[in-house]
Amino acid sequence: MPRTPRAVALISGGLDSLLAARVVMEQGVHVEGINFYTGFCVEGHTHAIRKKDRARPKRNNALWSAEQLGIKLHIIDIIDEYKHVVLNPRHGYGSNLNPCLDCKIFMVEKAHEWIEANDFDFIVTGEVIGQRPMSQRRDTMPVIARDSGAAGRLVRPLCAKNLPETLPEREGWLDRDRLHAFSGRSRKPQMALAGKFGFTDYAQPAGGCCFLTDRQYSVKLADLWQSRGRRDYELDDIILLKVGRHLRPRPGFKLIVGREEGENKFLEGYRKHFVHMFPVSHTGPLVLLDGELGEGDLELAARLTARFSKGRDAASVTVQAGDLDGNVQMLDVVPLQGQDIPVDWYL
Amino acid sequence: MSDMVLDARRLLCPLPVIRTQDAVQQLQQGQTLRVLCSDPGVVHDIPAWCRVHGHEVLSIQEGEDEIVIHILVCNPD
Repeated sequence: MPRTPRAVALISGGLDSLLAARVVMEQGVHVEGINFYTGFCVEGHTHAIRKKDRARPKRNNALWSAEQLGIKLHIIDIIDEYKHVVLNPRHGYGSNLNPCLDCKIFMVEKAHEWIEANDFDFIVTGEVIGQRPMSQRRDTMPVIARDSGAAGRLVRPLCAKNLPETLPEREGWLDRDRLHAFSGRSRKPQMALAGKFGFTDYAQPAGGCCFLTDRQYSVKLADLWQSRGRRDYELDDIILLKVGRHLRPRPGFKLIVGREEGENKFLEGYRKHFVHMFPVSHTGPLVLLDGELGEGDLELAARLTARFSKGRDAASVTVQAGDLDGNVQMLDVVPLQGQDIPVDWYL
Repeated sequence: MSDMVLDARRLLCPLPVIRTQDAVQQLQQGQTLRVLCSDPGVVHDIPAWCRVHGHEVLSIQEGEDEIVIHILVCNPD
């Protein structure tokens, strides 16, 4: 008896990957899911740091998709390897610091390594020609297949009929007639297919799943590289860019200001790694100071901290500052007034 | 008592899930794993991961600052 063909589907948590996996499962293929964590992924749980957002329903959409499909999902940490993609994208960035084409090539390459290591036969993605301006175009589809090394083992079931025949079709593992010919930005064909399969509650179709597509986030990341004089990052750096209000009053240092209780609590975990401060005479934020402080900078930071406290209109606010050696000092400062904070300090 | 304790505190999802996945791969069927977490998202995600992989969540204890999830390994990959 012939062995059941086995495919791994890249599951982002969005509708297209959910449908692509389902289309292949319909043809009797054993499918398991794979989801890559880059550190830049937009997770509902990042918002869960903020206390006001905690009441929102939370779920990992990739896991949710796997449950809908009844398949296993392997979540792979690619944080370190992914740096190369972000820092040196061969195909450049999109409108922000999003290296979408290199990202797709890299993920398919990792999936290809995975199928070889786990004795699977091919890879499934939810790509649709014309769906995304950078990575899902007619001319980029063959580039992804070629540069990832997956070649004919990469199947895009939603637009397969618009593409050359793949190995699983030639081998008879997939019937080309039962694949699809979607193209363009319209979501109607996907919605219709979702309805046919009985999927009613799916994640925002074609929604961004990566912070690098966010303009404000990209500004903060570019600022981080510029201030350090090198293009590099650690996971904590890119997580902290998602949290708090960021102000850079001097080229050498930046403040990360907790915006509410949940963020303050999260930032607490970084106190040992940053000079930090918080008001003690009034309720207010925990503030991390990132960089090298020059003369007068500690006082400036304390005045900014006071500005974002409940004592913003008080004559004086007492701020406690702690350094990396555990030394503590108290500063009595006049809160900076709103008009004294240049707009370009805000990142 | 658990066969393994995983400290995933201060990690944001999906990292606690990934660490859980890695830890479970080191265990045998019938062994148990206790995961210490701080991201409230784990209350949804780790049980979801267990469901799709066939493991059983024995208990979830939610404290003020810490969540403890106890898992029985049922069907190691």
